[in-house]
Amino acid sequence: MIANDLQFDGHGRLRHLLTIEGIPRQTLLDILNTAESFISVGEREIKKLPLLRGKTAVNLFFEHSTRTRTTFEIAAKRLSADVINVNTTASSTSKGETLLDTVRNLEAMHTDLFVVRHGESGAAHLIARHVPAHVRIINAGDGRHAHPTQALLDMFTIRQYKGPFEQLRVAIVGDILHSRVARSQIHALSTLGAAEVRVIAPKTLLPLCVERLGVHPYSDMRAGLDGVDVVMMLRLQRERMRGALIPSEQEYFNLFGLTPAMLACAKPDAIVMHPGPMNRGLEIDSAVADGPRSVILPQVTNGIAVRMAIMAILMGGSAAPPEGRATP
Amino acid sequence: MPPSIDIDATLAYLADELRPHLKRNPIMIGVHSGGAWIATRLHRALALPDPLGTLDISFYRDDFTRVGVNPTVKTSNLPVNIEDRHVILVDDVLHTGRTVRAALNEIFDYGRPASVLLAVLICRDGRELPIQADLVGHSIQLNPNEHIKLLGPEPLALKVQEVGG
Repeated sequence: MIANDLQFDGHGRLRHLLTIEGIPRQTLLDILNTAESFISVGEREIKKLPLLRGKTAVNLFFEHSTRTRTTFEIAAKRLSADVINVNTTASSTSKGETLLDTVRNLEAMHTDLFVVRHGESGAAHLIARHVPAHVRIINAGDGRHAHPTQALLDMFTIRQYKGPFEQLRVAIVGDILHSRVARSQIHALSTLGAAEVRVIAPKTLLPLCVERLGVHPYSDMRAGLDGVDVVMMLRLQRERMRGALIPSEQEYFNLFGLTPAMLACAKPDAIVMHPGPMNRGLEIDSAVADGPRSVILPQVTNGIAVRMAIMAILMGGSAAPPEGRATP
Repeated sequence: MPPSIDIDATLAYLADELRPHLKRNPIMIGVHSGGAWIATRLHRALALPDPLGTLDISFYRDDFTRVGVNPTVKTSNLPVNIEDRHVILVDDVLHTGRTVRAALNEIFDYGRPASVLLAVLICRDGRELPIQADLVGHSIQLNPNEHIKLLGPEPLALKVQEVGG
């Protein structure tokens, strides 16, 4: 999918965030660096910045989500935007309105930013292709395709705990086949220059030719975890599975569940991540999820700053180009 | 004309002028980046007991929707609770007044100071807002297309440049 003519304006500025694929390394680093300066806002007495004052952001969610929608909402509110939540699973679409009709109606209310989650791959792209020039789109997850803000908050968290990517071996474990998170993580890690990216899963949950993405596939968890700095767990997406992809949940846990014994195969200081929501006792043991090497809750906190950064970068410079001098 | 300004002497003058205010136990905040360099010197000269605060007002600029985010933005750092404290706000150049407006807005997002006093190294013409400094190192007049900039942090030097366009 060619997204960059959609994602960037004529001056190389990020306009929409639809996928990590094709975004240059420096732009990813700019997002992470900007997020860094938003972290302290969450620790202030007044957790607000005036950047998006007077702007209206719509969280347009066609799939259920609590954490992602909430962190987008908090991020937009900390930037002083007005936020509307539209959960359309139970709204206009059930009355037969098409995706673009829904968007056009919300657009007619003079909204500036859409955060879109949809079960179909490419939904955010479709919307981005049809909105007026001043409107910005953030993909908050489309089908199996991409979840770029999740990947960016993961990169932020990795950098925070582990430093430069060039030294790092990272394992992504679980349902790679159905995971938009994994796809976005792989693109982000390879753009940022991680030393090695491994994917660990039963063969039935690995996409065909996954090596083409530049990753090393493992179907033995112990071998795959050997010597890694970062373990990124994925949620087993039972709702997306059709047919018998895993023998049984118990057997899956025995072979691919992250237990303290499994984690011992990774480096002693390896961190454990999970995009949530977790299936405890299925892909991850509670002793690990709540253990000292888990950075799962910091991921959530970082998600706010990273989403603030993305919104600020997309919305900044959205008005007409400056006339005259900049203000000193 | 401006390069002839003796920065060290001007800083010594500003420090002398600030000394009577020390009895109110003020905290000092410098605006990133030139104001923070000036504030570092003044803070040292006055031996203020509280650590120096710095502000990066990028997120409070009024031209954000036109110019966007600067990826090199630094984090604001106010290590002391400013609630009910007397604040000395320090900047290098007072020009349009917009930076000070933004700095005041940011300060008030951290709390309610008892007072804010503005000290600047250089005060030039071209105000666009009703903002004046309480303490001025040097007042100068420049052509509208000229810009005065503080280079630093070591050594500090002033440079006048033509603004392109």
